[in-house]
Amino acid sequence: MKRFLAFVRKEFYHILRDHRTLLILVGMPVVQILLFGYAITNEISNAPIAILDHSNDEITALIKKKILTSDYFVLSSNLSAENEIEDIFKDGITKMAVVFEPNFSETLEKTNNAQIQFIADASDPNTANTLVNYAQAIVADFMSRRVNGGMPYMIEIRSRMVYNPELKGVYYFVPGTIVILLMLVSAMMTSISIAREKEIGTMEVLLASPMNPSGIILAKVIPYLLLSFVVSGIILTLGKFVFGVPIIGSLPLLLGVTILFIILALTLGILISTVVDTQQAALLISLMGLMLPTILLSGFIFPVENMPRILQVLANLVPARWFIIVLKAIMLKGASIGIIWKEIVILCLFIMVFTGASIKKFKVRLE
Amino acid sequence: MTDPAPIVSVKNLVKAFGKFHAVDRISFEVFPGEIFGFLGANGAGKTTAIKMLTGLWKPTSGEATVAGYDIYKEAESIKRDIGYMSQKFSLYSDLSVVENIRLFGGIYGLGKEEIKMKSDDLLKRLNLEKEAGSLISSLPLGWKQKLAFSVAMLHDPKIIFLDEPTGGVDPITRRQFWDMIYEAADRGKTIFVTTHYMDEAEYCDRISMMVSGKIAALGTPGALKKGFKARDMDEVFVGIAREGKSLAE
Repeated sequence: MKRFLAFVRKEFYHILRDHRTLLILVGMPVVQILLFGYAITNEISNAPIAILDHSNDEITALIKKKILTSDYFVLSSNLSAENEIEDIFKDGITKMAVVFEPNFSETLEKTNNAQIQFIADASDPNTANTLVNYAQAIVADFMSRRVNGGMPYMIEIRSRMVYNPELKGVYYFVPGTIVILLMLVSAMMTSISIAREKEIGTMEVLLASPMNPSGIILAKVIPYLLLSFVVSGIILTLGKFVFGVPIIGSLPLLLGVTILFIILALTLGILISTVVDTQQAALLISLMGLMLPTILLSGFIFPVENMPRILQVLANLVPARWFIIVLKAIMLKGASIGIIWKEIVILCLFIMVFTGASIKKFKVRLE
Repeated sequence: MTDPAPIVSVKNLVKAFGKFHAVDRISFEVFPGEIFGFLGANGAGKTTAIKMLTGLWKPTSGEATVAGYDIYKEAESIKRDIGYMSQKFSLYSDLSVVENIRLFGGIYGLGKEEIKMKSDDLLKRLNLEKEAGSLISSLPLGWKQKLAFSVAMLHDPKIIFLDEPTGGVDPITRRQFWDMIYEAADRGKTIFVTTHYMDEAEYCDRISMMVSGKIAALGTPGALKKGFKARDMDEVFVGIAREGKSLAE
């Protein structure tokens, strides 16, 4: 035990004295969350729009007023011909153009079917989509107010976004950042730190000492477990108190599955370290083999449901995918263990497979 | 060599990787207090042999005991009684001198008091008292190496394995390092050292020369020189290499 503690302390020295890495590990998630929380957001306000009004009557005036008095849009320019629309987009400032057909009021009165066209700059598809949706909602609202009892059958659609009513980006970036960070600290840093001992030759000295190999590995990963846990705590706290990301489910359950995933990431790191001999190789394998699949296939950024069949199958092999499901379920939906036990079992299976593979690899080296 | 009981005894030891025999039925004995040189070109099997003797690798066949313990069954006991310094420099450079001493003392299960005493003693002996708190990375190579050697002996092992301890070190530092080896041998330690510097072979009590997994020659430097009618160890080595070649053909 004394041996073990001496070793754990040494590992802490390594981590704490490498200021740059420590700063990156703690600073990166904080910056990421702040960026995602403040800068990257789907809510749009004061988007510049251009208006091309072919009819200029009292109804188009009312609609224009309604659009421009909402907080979402400001007028960038009034156009007078169709061919100006393309030019107006080129400067990248104007995001959308609104076109009213000629004789708008008249057509509306007579046929109840006048046309408005929204032309959005889809070089940024998310913004374009959101703007068109906002504008549609405003026009629909205008129409429903105008028609008073004129239409006998009207279906009113009221949609409600549950679990994230304001569609805030931070809601899914908090779980995503936790996953990436845990992969980074637990898997990548562990594999690099074990590879470093091999590279500088201290691993041989340790193996020739009375410490047994599993003790060495265990002592090496404990500080990373703690560090990972602390940083996940920072992210959760930031998410909750700065951006109001809720933690509806039970906090102990949330922390419990986080530790489970940290252990999983550590076993992955150990597995990587059994196959490499240098820090560079460990870094490369971690980045290509862990970070890329975690970012691309975990459902963090791209929904797994929209992927080609083969990628969907592959995504099932990415541990982070299951952890993200669990995180979202607990934080946003308040899921209890009865609902997410399947995902937890899958995470445990991953741990067992990775541990088994590491032991096997390690034995082969000793034979 | 007055003590008849060998501290290392190896009989027909083999380490095979598939069909390739890295160590091929070697036999030798090392006696307490001896400086035993283990020579050979890179890839001759020196490191493989030392890895088996220090309990890092399991032999394929053959017998061996180190410090009285069987290398198959009592590898853990062996590890407690030996010191090991690898060819790569093996202290932690981001830890201070004292922290390194404490760490390795702890790993070998020494008590707090004992570590304190030994580290004071060690620092005084190496004249490193002022550097106790400096990081290893700030020390010159020669000092680091001496320190690494002393740390490897911190737990009073009976035998110390040095795997090419002087690789890539300048001649003066090498000479100083050998002074330390002599000192340790004077204190009754057995030194098992691998090297590919032929001049260092002269410093050893006895040497064994490995050529492609086998021991091609074994004896005191003087006897080997006489046997090969050579002026120095370089010529002995060339002689052996030639013999080895003709054997292979």
